[in-house]
Amino acid sequence: MTRRHLLLLTLTLTLVGSVVFLYKALILNFPLLPEVRSDVWEIEAHLTFVADNKPIKVSMNLPRNSRQFAIVNENFVSRGYGINVLAEDGKRKVQWSIRKAKGIQNLYYRASVRRMERDIPQKMPKESSPEKPDIKGAYREASEALVAEAREKSADIDGIVLELLHRLNNPRPGDNAALLLGKNASVQKKVDLSVQLLALTGIHARSVHGIRLEDQKRNSTFIHWLEIYDKKQWVSYDPIIGKRGVPVDYLVWWRGIEPLFESQGTKNLAVTVSVSRSEEPAIQAALETGEIKKPVLLDFSLFSLPIETQSVYHVILLLPVGVLLLVILRNVIGIRTFGTFMPVLIALAFRETQLVWGLFLFTTLIAMGLGIRLYLAHLKLLVVPRLAAILIIVIFLMAIFSILTHKLGLERGLSVALFPMVILTMTIERMSIVWEELGALATLQQGVWSLIAAVLAYAVMTVSYIEHLVFVFPELLLILLAGMLLLGRYSGFRLLELPRFKTLAKIGSDD
Amino acid sequence: MIKLKKQLVQNGVLGINRRNAEYTMKYNSRGRYPLVDDKLRTKKLALKAGIAVPELYGVVEAESEVRHLTHLIKSHPDFVIKPSRGSGGSGILVISGRSKDLFRKADGELIDRDEIEYHLFNVISGLHSLGGQPDKALVEYRVQFDPVFEPISYQGVPDIRVIVFLGVPVMSMVRLPTRMSVGKANLHQGAIGAGIDIATGTTLAAVWRNDIISEHPDTGNPVSGIKIPNWEQLLKIAAQCNTLTGLGYIGVDLVLDKDKGPLILEMNARPGLNIQIANQAGLLSRLRLVERHQRNLRDIEDRIAFSRQHFSARFSP
Repeated sequence: MTRRHLLLLTLTLTLVGSVVFLYKALILNFPLLPEVRSDVWEIEAHLTFVADNKPIKVSMNLPRNSRQFAIVNENFVSRGYGINVLAEDGKRKVQWSIRKAKGIQNLYYRASVRRMERDIPQKMPKESSPEKPDIKGAYREASEALVAEAREKSADIDGIVLELLHRLNNPRPGDNAALLLGKNASVQKKVDLSVQLLALTGIHARSVHGIRLEDQKRNSTFIHWLEIYDKKQWVSYDPIIGKRGVPVDYLVWWRGIEPLFESQGTKNLAVTVSVSRSEEPAIQAALETGEIKKPVLLDFSLFSLPIETQSVYHVILLLPVGVLLLVILRNVIGIRTFGTFMPVLIALAFRETQLVWGLFLFTTLIAMGLGIRLYLAHLKLLVVPRLAAILIIVIFLMAIFSILTHKLGLERGLSVALFPMVILTMTIERMSIVWEELGALATLQQGVWSLIAAVLAYAVMTVSYIEHLVFVFPELLLILLAGMLLLGRYSGFRLLELPRFKTLAKIGSDD
Repeated sequence: MIKLKKQLVQNGVLGINRRNAEYTMKYNSRGRYPLVDDKLRTKKLALKAGIAVPELYGVVEAESEVRHLTHLIKSHPDFVIKPSRGSGGSGILVISGRSKDLFRKADGELIDRDEIEYHLFNVISGLHSLGGQPDKALVEYRVQFDPVFEPISYQGVPDIRVIVFLGVPVMSMVRLPTRMSVGKANLHQGAIGAGIDIATGTTLAAVWRNDIISEHPDTGNPVSGIKIPNWEQLLKIAAQCNTLTGLGYIGVDLVLDKDKGPLILEMNARPGLNIQIANQAGLLSRLRLVERHQRNLRDIEDRIAFSRQHFSARFSP
């Protein structure tokens, strides 16, 4: 009866686990292999200014989703300010306002930007030719002459743009260009001028302002480039080197001649933009950008949790795998360890400390703790206060270890704090009891076995493939559970019982 | 390895997984464990059924009662202190006599009252108990073992373990303390286990730390071929224990006192498997045989007769 019940239960669990797994893997296209990680940049614009007890209004252009970048997780930090995000005419702006403020003010805009490729229809110009700029006198003549020169030497729009940029970038510009640029013209000025000049010949052009997404940049400067409407699409031109196309890590912040921000009632307004890169699993990106089909099922999956909680589950979901290994080691192989799950917990700590350091720290801590515990035996303390005393000693040892290794410049030693203290304490206590009852040899034996179990658990739990599988397909744990239930009824010999009962193999076989 | 496993299966050797899955978990209901895990309850149970046990001098249940010790042991120069819920023989303190204010331990070492009190504190706080729960300390009669064991024990008290399944004694051994086991009768602590022929009560070959031996390593006397007195009575006591406790598969530990005869020391609901090595025989085949015949084995005489008929040693020592 129990047998059939168990069989039915394990079959059901395996079936449910595999069906959900196959559905997610084959139909929803969840990746089976640990994915490549995709890049995410955190950008932050920090506005500071001085307020003088007057109403304040600050508006700033904001980046928006483009064909290369998606803006996710946007937020604004500004104490006491009203926030208004406006989207109009292909532009996005945030408007901070407050009736009264005094002293130095800080406003933040933060966003995560993820690179991706996708097809967003571009905004076409409304009129067939741009509005002619209002330029007068000598400037008008110089402009027209410059454009005419560029026109003459080229066959198409691309040619005109390149010729024009070449002339503006020439270290010894012609008279016309020199007049229009003035002394020490900035890139922005060149871009703005190009837009005007191209408008004269009826070419749609606009200036683009953005930042470069780099690994780590505390103070990013804005860069400017040019976009030309050519053959029914907008094409970027790098104004400095005078070529078609801009690097892929240019993030468009805003377009047009207007400045980044406009403000009322502020003094000494300054903006610093910082960029930092972080990595996140590609699957997360795929989910958020809709590459993976998203059924209702997914709204209740681990991916719906905040990133930090997800990373906790990354570790928690590995525990069953380690525990399965331990069940096999104990019930099928037959090794003895201190504490049922101690090796798995130690293995978890090893994940943080790295194996060699972890082994070193762990054995030293245990050895020192055990030494002190054996000394405490002389004081004849009662059990619970004694355990508490060992816990305090373990904490002290850990702290001393951290300080010493830090002073020696071995930063890895700091990770000793990641060992579970209570587990260490209980391990020390158990070891000392085994020591007193069965002697040092037995203690050492069990200790070594525990360590071997911990190392094996560590080896299994650090396979990124396994980590990926249990996190993306937690339903696999149902199959694991089924396996565990079957192991619970395993009644065969343990491997280590075979040598133990060796002499019994030789007796006569008549019964 | 595979061949070894095959031979073990053929010889009906019982492994720990099978013992747990098919015997202790199946025949021993959890709710009855406290009866054998707590030696005080076992003692009361045995007394009620008219089975002799070592006389209880007193129980120390709380730290504040430790000072009553003097009163408890006033008229007893020798005594034993045991944790009521101890396991594997740990926490047993044997005092064999006194010298002025000091107490003599079984190994001859003299200790003072403080040390005995510290031992009591440890026992009460659960140091030796299963799962570390608070415990009681039993102060009881020190067994004067039967002279038949004199030549083959080194300090301590030899005890007789009988595995009883559904009222049938299926296997038995005597555990002899050695120097290595510091007077304790536990095999994993270095005591000798000598198998007993159930039919005659005579000891067979003995096993000491996985080796088969024929002489006691400390005294040099032969351990096999010793006839245990009162064997019939001993089997009868053991055979009653299943009905007494309601547990179907147990190990009963008895001692032979030279004046009081067989006494029950304790029972174990998860008896160890080393007894197979001491007897050079597998338990599983015997247990299966009992399972097949259990309907026909009504009363205690039937069961003992069955046991003596089927589980006698095939070869005499």
